[in-house]
Amino acid sequence: MKGFFMKRILRLHMNGDEHEILTETHKTLLEVLREDLGLTGTKRGCDLGTCGACTVLIEGKPYLSCLTLAVDVQGKKIVTIEGLTQDGEPHPLQKAFVEKGAIQCGFCTPGMILTAKAFLDENPHPSEGEVKKAISGNLCRCTGYVKIVEAILSVTSKT
Amino acid sequence: MNKLNVVGKREPMLDAWEKATGRARFTDDLSLPGMLYGKILRSPLAHAKILHVDLSEAEKVAGVKGAISGKDIPKKKYGIVPMAKDEYALAIDKVRYIGDEVAAVVATSLDAAEEAISKIRVDYKELPAVFDPIEAMKPGAPIIHDEVPNNVSASIHKEFGNVEKAFRESDFLFEESFETQAVNHCPLEPQAALAIVDPSGKVTLWASTQIPFFLRRNLATTLDIPESKVRVIKPKVGGGFGQKIDLYAKDFCAAFFAMKTKRPVKFVYEREEVFISTRQRHPMRIHLKTGMKKDGTILAQQFKVIADGGAYNSTAPLMITLACYFIMLPYRLENLLFEGYHVYTNKPVGGAMRGHGIPQVRFAVEAQLDSIAEKMGIDPLDLRLKNAFQAGEPHPAKLLVQTCGFSDTLKKAAEGIGWKEKRGKLPFGRGVGLAGASFPSGVSNMSHISSGAIVKIERDGSITLLTGAADIGQGAETVISQIVAEELGVPLEDIRITAADTEITPLDPGTFGSGVTLRAGNAAKIAAQAAKEKLFEAAAEKMEIRIEELEAKNRRIHVKGNPERGMSIQEAIKFYQYSDRPMPIIGRGSYQPPAKEPTTLLKEDGNFSPAYSFMTQAAEVEVDTKTGKVKVLRMVASHDCGKAINPMLVEGQLEGSVVGGMGQALYEEVITEKGQVLNPSFLDYGIPTAMEVPSITSVEVETNDPEGPFGAKESGEGTQLAPAPAIINAIYDAIGVRFKSLPVTPEKVLKALQENAQNQNRDPESLDPDPEINSG
Repeated sequence: MKGFFMKRILRLHMNGDEHEILTETHKTLLEVLREDLGLTGTKRGCDLGTCGACTVLIEGKPYLSCLTLAVDVQGKKIVTIEGLTQDGEPHPLQKAFVEKGAIQCGFCTPGMILTAKAFLDENPHPSEGEVKKAISGNLCRCTGYVKIVEAILSVTSKT
Repeated sequence: MNKLNVVGKREPMLDAWEKATGRARFTDDLSLPGMLYGKILRSPLAHAKILHVDLSEAEKVAGVKGAISGKDIPKKKYGIVPMAKDEYALAIDKVRYIGDEVAAVVATSLDAAEEAISKIRVDYKELPAVFDPIEAMKPGAPIIHDEVPNNVSASIHKEFGNVEKAFRESDFLFEESFETQAVNHCPLEPQAALAIVDPSGKVTLWASTQIPFFLRRNLATTLDIPESKVRVIKPKVGGGFGQKIDLYAKDFCAAFFAMKTKRPVKFVYEREEVFISTRQRHPMRIHLKTGMKKDGTILAQQFKVIADGGAYNSTAPLMITLACYFIMLPYRLENLLFEGYHVYTNKPVGGAMRGHGIPQVRFAVEAQLDSIAEKMGIDPLDLRLKNAFQAGEPHPAKLLVQTCGFSDTLKKAAEGIGWKEKRGKLPFGRGVGLAGASFPSGVSNMSHISSGAIVKIERDGSITLLTGAADIGQGAETVISQIVAEELGVPLEDIRITAADTEITPLDPGTFGSGVTLRAGNAAKIAAQAAKEKLFEAAAEKMEIRIEELEAKNRRIHVKGNPERGMSIQEAIKFYQYSDRPMPIIGRGSYQPPAKEPTTLLKEDGNFSPAYSFMTQAAEVEVDTKTGKVKVLRMVASHDCGKAINPMLVEGQLEGSVVGGMGQALYEEVITEKGQVLNPSFLDYGIPTAMEVPSITSVEVETNDPEGPFGAKESGEGTQLAPAPAIINAIYDAIGVRFKSLPVTPEKVLKALQENAQNQNRDPESLDPDPEINSG
């Protein structure tokens, strides 16, 4: 091997758009998002599936994009943090995170919000304990999670 | 004080929307056409001579555009503390820990760079290594840096008062030893750097840094080029907690290769590299002897502290100095004898971390105070209240404490946790504890210490603010903007801020020592006042009154107390402009802590910081006696931050600190074996997740410090000093075991419970392994 790998055309359904890209087959979805599509809202915190910063939604379910091969998710509906704002309208979770002070450095925020969205879609009226459990795979070192949990619960009480 | 309109408000961070929508750009989110990707080869050996580095096979890998080792770079040492420089960007001649940087490559893809790294051949001659600081201090131990033959690279020996005499006069003496562990900061964003070079040879570096101006200086030094040829820009930074204070190989290598290849170059660390090769909290061995009077007065303390520094200095002299001086707050202590050592070992490098040298000794002091209180039959809360330092008292090290809400924080934290009802009264397995602390609001013993700001009033009445302050996620830009908005009488949305770009923004030391709000906030306030004054001159002329009669409120300039008599800011600007005054309207401000110059505590006493914060944290825990697991149920954090410019952000600092402190009390430790980190991943290391988070109550105590902008003091670092000892003291209340080494893992708890069970027929006091109380 001389530093180059096989490439292939991938068709990805991303945030409502179809993308056709030529890329290496061994690339993870995280790499394709960040490097090929310029969707840098999805963060790389560990590249080992341990921090949750790279969480995206695939068919509405949260996945760690650093552990997901891009070739495997062709034809599936993928949503990243950039796709959560629709027609200029932020998702209620985004608004809640901003207003409740649930964001400090913001590095975990995209993954945290997407995890919360997938969770609330399944369980719109969770208890505090259920919220904590749902986001327990998303690490945050700044906030101590308190305001994140508050923000998520504030969305549930409005619906 | 006048009613405040912006300061004191729970404003969301200015960049929160960017971050919530994925538009915020961190260093690794930036890419440039033609960019090269870099990788660093690290030492697999803890201590070895580098005999030869063969880069030839690496250079043959397709896509590789450059490969270097230590012999290719300027032989210039760097370090965050000028007197303690001991590091090269890449190791020259020898490696000193597993993870030390040996060589670097850049290539057109990361895959190619990784392949090339694997093809570098290094011949080492392995040297005897030393992993224990006490062993490292012994004669005949391996020498890690030739110029430091005993491996003690920084030390402090200070006496305040007369400790020997005070011990003689003490009614009781208590003596015990404590131990703390290595802790990684774990910012979610790994360290990254991106560099370009323009045709004039000037390097621009985007970096995940807390200290753009120090980084510029260290880069210029290591690249051996003038400072004017280096521009450092800080994009969004994904947390730092002290770990992003130092220059790293990634910064140097990105800039060096950019200069060499004339192409953009990016280096990003893997999580494993963050664990192994950045910085960590210094593990400490602490021996502590305390002399008490019968009435509960702390008469004297004597410390011997050995800090395991790992392979390099980083902030060594400052760290060990802080550990010493902040024993003398928040309690009155007139007699202190402190002997502290920073010792090299062949292990990962210690550096500044939230609290910087103080949390370790604070753990020892607070844990011992509880044990003293029990033995003397005094309530631990009363013992602390009795010895609580008060504002305006003379301080043995000449710290000038103008405001001090410590006693209030003690009372409020105790009240919040239900101290009177719960302490000693909860069923076995449940308990409450508390601990106090104090921290400086910025430090005045280093260069680059003054902070500057520029405030421009634009033609449309909006405000442009330039500050060097480095927001790393704590919300510095928001807080400083709130200060400027308040001063100019405009809403927060009128402020546009540009920060932390060494070419555009005024000098600022950066984010460390918890000094940003006070230092950069004051500079920005002064700049806003200067700009306002210019506008007032014009308005006063137009209104034919004296400047002193004017105030700025609600986007208007009017006579004090009479909003009707005045004009909008825009009208004032128009008049200013038409009366041919110099445009643009610029106010300049700079602030330097008012200290005797130079107040290097390293050499002499003096007022180290413009203001000091005070805090008490109280914990309620539940210990599962079957599994040994400790669950923190509730924390009450009471903090005297002077004045909360933004209470929501202050709460955020407290909550994050409590959870981080809980991690350090119960879960976290960087475990090494023969210098090899055994748990360099989030999974194996285990910072707290949302599942472990207790209920947290923040109780702010405001003391309105005369030196702080609108009375503000720090709330960032100090908040992490007291959680761990509060939790440890609560564990004692729960199960009657005093833990003296961190973290308190389930294994330690179970072992202690078993030992207690074996000794259950003995009276409780004798269960305590403390040395005896000596009647004086």
